[in-house]
Amino acid sequence: MPAPVLRHPTLHWLQRNLFSSWLNTFLTLLGVLLLWQLLPPAFEWAVVNATFAGSDSDSCKYIDEHGEKVDAPGACWTFIKIRWPQFLFGLWYTRNFDQAWRPVLAFILALAIITMLMLPIITPKRRYHIAVWALLLYPFMAYALLNGAWLGLPEAKTADWGGLTLTLVLASLGIIAAFPMGVCLALARRSRMPIVKTYAVLWIEMFRGMPLITLLFIASVMLPYFFPAGTEIDKVVRAIIAITIFQSAYTAEAIRGGMSAVPRGQYEAAEALGFGFWKSTLLITLPQALKISIPAIVNSFIQLFKDTSLVLIIGLLELLNVIQVAARSSQWKGYEAEGYIFAATLFFVFCYSMSLYSRGLEQRLDTSLAARRAQQD
Amino acid sequence: MAESKHPDAAAIPWWRRPKPRSYMFQAAVVAATFYALYVLTSNVIANLRDRSIKTSFDFLNETATFAIPLNFFPFWDFTLGESVYWDVFIIGIQNTMLVMLLGIPSATILGLVLGVTRLSPNFLLRNIALGFVEIFRNTPLLLQLLFWHFAFFPPIYNSLPAVRESILMGGAVFNSAGIYLPSPVLTSAAGWALAATLLVAATGIWWLRRYAHLRRMATGQGLPVFSYGLGILVAALALFAWIFSDQITVDLPAKRGLNYSGGMRPTKEIISLWFGLTIYTAVYISENVRGGILSVSPGQSEAGMALGLGRIMRMKLVVLPQALRVIIPPTISQYLNLTKNSSLAVAVGYPDITNIWLGIALNQTGQALIIVFMTIVVYETINALTSLATNLYNRSVQIKER
Repeated sequence: MPAPVLRHPTLHWLQRNLFSSWLNTFLTLLGVLLLWQLLPPAFEWAVVNATFAGSDSDSCKYIDEHGEKVDAPGACWTFIKIRWPQFLFGLWYTRNFDQAWRPVLAFILALAIITMLMLPIITPKRRYHIAVWALLLYPFMAYALLNGAWLGLPEAKTADWGGLTLTLVLASLGIIAAFPMGVCLALARRSRMPIVKTYAVLWIEMFRGMPLITLLFIASVMLPYFFPAGTEIDKVVRAIIAITIFQSAYTAEAIRGGMSAVPRGQYEAAEALGFGFWKSTLLITLPQALKISIPAIVNSFIQLFKDTSLVLIIGLLELLNVIQVAARSSQWKGYEAEGYIFAATLFFVFCYSMSLYSRGLEQRLDTSLAARRAQQD
Repeated sequence: MAESKHPDAAAIPWWRRPKPRSYMFQAAVVAATFYALYVLTSNVIANLRDRSIKTSFDFLNETATFAIPLNFFPFWDFTLGESVYWDVFIIGIQNTMLVMLLGIPSATILGLVLGVTRLSPNFLLRNIALGFVEIFRNTPLLLQLLFWHFAFFPPIYNSLPAVRESILMGGAVFNSAGIYLPSPVLTSAAGWALAATLLVAATGIWWLRRYAHLRRMATGQGLPVFSYGLGILVAALALFAWIFSDQITVDLPAKRGLNYSGGMRPTKEIISLWFGLTIYTAVYISENVRGGILSVSPGQSEAGMALGLGRIMRMKLVVLPQALRVIIPPTISQYLNLTKNSSLAVAVGYPDITNIWLGIALNQTGQALIIVFMTIVVYETINALTSLATNLYNRSVQIKER
């Protein structure tokens, strides 16, 4: 038997992964053809023929031989360049651009807290303390910064918030407010008390069966009826109430999944130690359940983050709506695609980084035999 | 030994024992709920009185004062000036169901293709599929719908030729005014007969499967159920077409005056909505498919190989039956998501139930309570049916353990 012919590793890789059989070769060629059809035109549109200069839509147009104004063949990034403060901070902060450091600072604060929680040097106990304090304090800090009245800064009312700032406020407030509700609902659904359990099941199933838009519609129409006459409820608050109720059902299911994954022995051990319900839940089982359910909670947060764009339907000027409004103004008519691509990029960066984190966590937490074997390989 | 009780038992007062505590807690919960309901209801009643809105179902028989945009597939038709609010409700349900029925098959097929492609040994194809999935999974559906509707499709429609130079393709017509497809028209008798034919064919296929199973148990010989079943279906449909040939006509789009009319006319709204929902849902289904196939341990496939089964037989008899058990339940919940997400129709102007009932009809009549209630009932019914289907399926595929 002759010795195997040694080939260059790159060639070997190419053969194994792209040309191992006739079918595979055909599929590779098909893929190359597809990319060839898509990428060069996209690159031409987005980079080669694109306009970056200028300060109004005229810079993206040229006069053709008939003397008519015609759109240039490429993307008009001037639109984004001129309007980005609006897209990120909304109209009020664009008018008062010297105040734009406030949303930026609020965002940096949030990033700092999240980074602290993820640093490996911090012990689990400290991490727990930081998380609890951050959940309690951060909403108020963010409100103080964004509204400004408490700090003696020019006031930006909730109705003035917009763009990416509003998107982040809705999503993070939604998840923070839904979290305690979710814990209570999950505990109630696992409870042995029939009435409490029925309530939890009804609440969870009802709000999981409804689209968020429907709930937002209902909140924007019905909430004023539920409060005594004359109570003014801000549009943003209505949206937050709807989002919180909606999200509480999903958080509850995520946490319930975590609770049923905690081994029975843990519950029994707590009982054997003579712990009552609250002690055994708060000290033994809930912390373990929460840890297991973090990936599921992060996933439902990604979903919520994407879904906040729906408040567009009830007329709030979040990221997507600000872009939509700008792209319908007489000056920038016809440049929707650029705006949507900008929004899509922002959403993608946020959602993809979160999903990478949740996937990494899932792998770390997965202590099943198959996963342990995969880690050893 | 007179004292057999736990020494502390007497020391624990009754209100600290689990049973009474649980009763007290539940009574408190019930009382709190009733109080909350009382406050909310009285507020609602007072507010309705203030705005002099009389809540009653009478408005359902009043004439609707707004036009519903063109219906594609008008099972229940709308005529301005004649149709009442009840019709609006039915049309809303019909349009929601229509998106669901169109979206589920296309999303399933695309999802399967994507899921299998992500497991392909071909590096390039696998990563193209991965990129596709990540892009559409990490951006909001609303953004995608707006992109398709306002940025992607308009240039395509604009590039279609004028009415005079319409593209004709096997009865279908494409021009700048829209898309016209030929549509089969059945008399109502033929419609019922078609339903009956399909039912008969389905029963026949079920019996065939049963017979094939019994035969394999008895003799070890199987039957080619798929091709025989297809044969039954085709034969039944051919028989139907032959008997009712005079009651089936095809409505072809034809030029009348300046434009085409007749046939089915899929609106731009439904095309954008269907396209967007299909891609978004397919991406999630593809993840289920991938996860399901990966969940079958490679030993299973190897065992099949050891038994001498070929690639396709291994997939069909060993891997798929086990993978489907993992794939189907989350996929059903994706179907539910598709149905719920079809409420984004509002953004592109498609007349689904949230758009025309919860949005327009509520605005016109002010009957908030009833309209909200009816909308919730519709969505909860769909939800309940879906979870019923999932539970039935889960029960039927549960691993039978000894």
